[in-house]
Amino acid sequence: MTQTLEKPSASRDAMPLSGPRLPAAAPYVVGVAALAVGVGVGLILGGGVIAMGVLAAVTFIVGLTVWAWALEGRRGGVDRLATSVVWSAFLVALVPLLSLVWTVLSNGLPALSPEFFTYSMRGVIGDEQGGIYHALIGTLLITLGAAVISIPVGVMTAIYIVEYGRTAKLAKAITFLVDVMTGIPSIVAGLFAYALFVLIFGPGIRMGFGGSVALSLLMIPIVVRATEEMLKLVPDELREAAYALGVPKWRTIVKVVLPTSLSGILTGVTLAVARVIGETAPLLIIAGSTDSVNFNLFADRMQTLPVFIYYSYTQPGVPPEFGQERAWGAALVLIAIVMGLNLLARLVGKIFAPKTGR
Amino acid sequence: MSTTIDEARGAGRRPGDAIFKGTAVGAALVILLALAGVAVFLLYEGVPGILGAREETGSSFVAYVWPLVYGTLVAAVIALVIATPLAFAMALVISHYAPKRLAKPLGYIVDLLAAVPSVVYGVWGITVLGPQLVPMYRWLAETVPWIPFFAGPASTTGRTIFTAGVVLAIMVLPIVTAICREIFAQTPTLHQEAALALGATRWEMIRMTVFPYARSGMISAVMLGLGRALGETMAVALVLSASGVITLNFISNTNPSTIAANIALRFPEATGLAVNILIASGLVLFAITFAVNFAARAIAGRSARRMSR
Repeated sequence: MTQTLEKPSASRDAMPLSGPRLPAAAPYVVGVAALAVGVGVGLILGGGVIAMGVLAAVTFIVGLTVWAWALEGRRGGVDRLATSVVWSAFLVALVPLLSLVWTVLSNGLPALSPEFFTYSMRGVIGDEQGGIYHALIGTLLITLGAAVISIPVGVMTAIYIVEYGRTAKLAKAITFLVDVMTGIPSIVAGLFAYALFVLIFGPGIRMGFGGSVALSLLMIPIVVRATEEMLKLVPDELREAAYALGVPKWRTIVKVVLPTSLSGILTGVTLAVARVIGETAPLLIIAGSTDSVNFNLFADRMQTLPVFIYYSYTQPGVPPEFGQERAWGAALVLIAIVMGLNLLARLVGKIFAPKTGR
Repeated sequence: MSTTIDEARGAGRRPGDAIFKGTAVGAALVILLALAGVAVFLLYEGVPGILGAREETGSSFVAYVWPLVYGTLVAAVIALVIATPLAFAMALVISHYAPKRLAKPLGYIVDLLAAVPSVVYGVWGITVLGPQLVPMYRWLAETVPWIPFFAGPASTTGRTIFTAGVVLAIMVLPIVTAICREIFAQTPTLHQEAALALGATRWEMIRMTVFPYARSGMISAVMLGLGRALGETMAVALVLSASGVITLNFISNTNPSTIAANIALRFPEATGLAVNILIASGLVLFAITFAVNFAARAIAGRSARRMSR
C-alpha cells in the first residue's frame, strides 16, 4: 500500500481507496508486549499485582494509541484510544465483582454445614456450633409478609394506571408518586415503619411485621413499574375482541389481559423480592436482632440474614474468628439466595411466556 | 373508549365492574396514603427531635445535622466522580463495542453487581478494599500533602470516607450503567449509519450521534445514581470509622459520618429524645433525596417531550 503512495499517481487506478490500517492482530500484539513490560518492570522494581496491572494497562493504551496515530493519523489514534480506554474501564469495573465473589466464597464455604442451616445462635459462645436457622426463618417470614402486602397493591395499582386511568389526573399523580417512592432511601422506609408502629404500640417497639411494612414500601414501586410495562405491551385488539363478545371489563382484565402478561409480571415480582431480601437498614431499625428463633411476625424481635451478617461481623464475640466466619457463611447464603431468585425470575419469564399457538 | 362502553352498559348491571374498579382505585390510593404517611409520621416523630435537640445534644438541630449532611454529600460526590466515567464506559461497551454475542452475558454480569446486598459490600469493603487502599493513602499523604484532600496522616485501616466513596461507587455503577445502556441502544440507527457512511471512526460516530441523543438521559441516570448513593446505609456504616467532623481530608482516621450511617449505628441503642433526633435527620435525608430524584425525573421528562416532537 505504501508503495502506491510513493509513486506519482499517474492514473486513477493507482489512487488508494483506503488509508493505511493497523493489522487486525495489533491489539493482541500490543497487549502481550504491555503485559511483558508490566510484569517485567514490576519484578525488577518490586511492585504488587495491582501496580503491575496498572502499568500494563497504561502501556497498552499508550502503545496502541501511538502506533495507530503514527500509522493511521490523528483520527485513527483517537479512535484506538477511546476503544482501549472504554474496554479497560469495563475490565476495571469487573475487578471488584470478581474480588467480592472470591472473598465471599473462600471465607464463607468453610462455615457451611448441615448444622449451620439448622442451628440458631441461642446461647452460643465461642466456637460452639451456631447457625443461621433463626435468621433464615426471619428473612423468609418478613419477606413473605412484604410480598403479601406489595403484590396485590402493586398489581392493582398498575391495573388502575393502565386500564382505568389512562387520562385521569389521579393516574398521573400516582405515576409520579411511584417515581418518588423508588427514590426513598431504605433507612427512611425503616424509620417510617418505626414511627407508624410507635404510634400504635408505644416507644421501643420491635416487630417482624414492621420489617414487612418497611420492605413493602420499597417493593411496591418495583412491582408497579414492572406490571405497568407488561400491561402496556398487551395489544388493544385483545381487549376489543373481548368487549365485542360482551365480556365485562373486569373479566376481560382477569381472563385476557393478566394471563397474557403473566410471565412478565411474575418476573418483575421475583426481581422485586430479590431486591428487598438483601435490605439491612430498615430491618435493623424495626425488626431488631435476636439470637433465638421467632415464628411470630407480630411480636418481639426477629433476626434476618442481612442483620445477622452485620452483627456477626461487627460484634463477633470472643474470639472473633468464629463470629466472622459465620458472617461470611451467612453472606454466601444470602448472595446465593439473591442470585437464585434472579435466575428463577428469568426461568419464570420463559416458562409462563404466552403461548402463541404456532 | 372504555368509558363509553361502561356508560352504555350502566353501572348497575355490572356489579363486578364496579367492585373491580373500586379495588384498583383503592390500591392506588393506598400508595397515596403510604407516601403521605411517610411524610406525616416522620414529621410527627421528628419535630420533637428538632425542637428538643438542644437539651439532648447541647447544640441546635442544625449544628447536629450539618456535619452529617456534609459527610453524606462528600461520600456521594466521591462515589459519582468514580462511578460516572466507568458507568458510561460500561454502557458503551455493552451497547456499541462488544460483539453482539458477548453483549448479553456482559449485561448479566453488570446486573449481578446490582444483586449483591449492600451489607455484603460493606463487609467486603472493610476486609478487602480498605487494606488494599492503605498503600495508596500512604503514598498520597507523603507525595501530595499540599492537596487538602490528601493532607493525611494516612489511615492505617483504610476505613476512610474515600474508601466508603469507592464502595458506594461500585454500588451505584450497575444502576447508572443499566439506564445509560438503554438510552445508548435507542440512538436511531440511521444517525449512526449516516455518520459511519460519511467516514467517521467509531468514536467519532459515538461522539456525534450517541452522546448528543443521550445527553439528558445520561444526566438523569447520574442524578438517580446520586439519589441512591445519598441514601445508602449499611456499606457506609460498616466501612467508615466516623467521628462526625467536617474536614476536607479524605484519607485520615477522622471522617465525617453520613446521615444514613449515623442512624443505623445509633438507632439500635437510642431511647427517648435521641430517637426523635435520628428520625428528624432521616427526614432531612428524605428531603434531599426527594429533591435530587425530582430533578432527575424533570430532566428526563423534559427530554422525553423534546424527543417526541
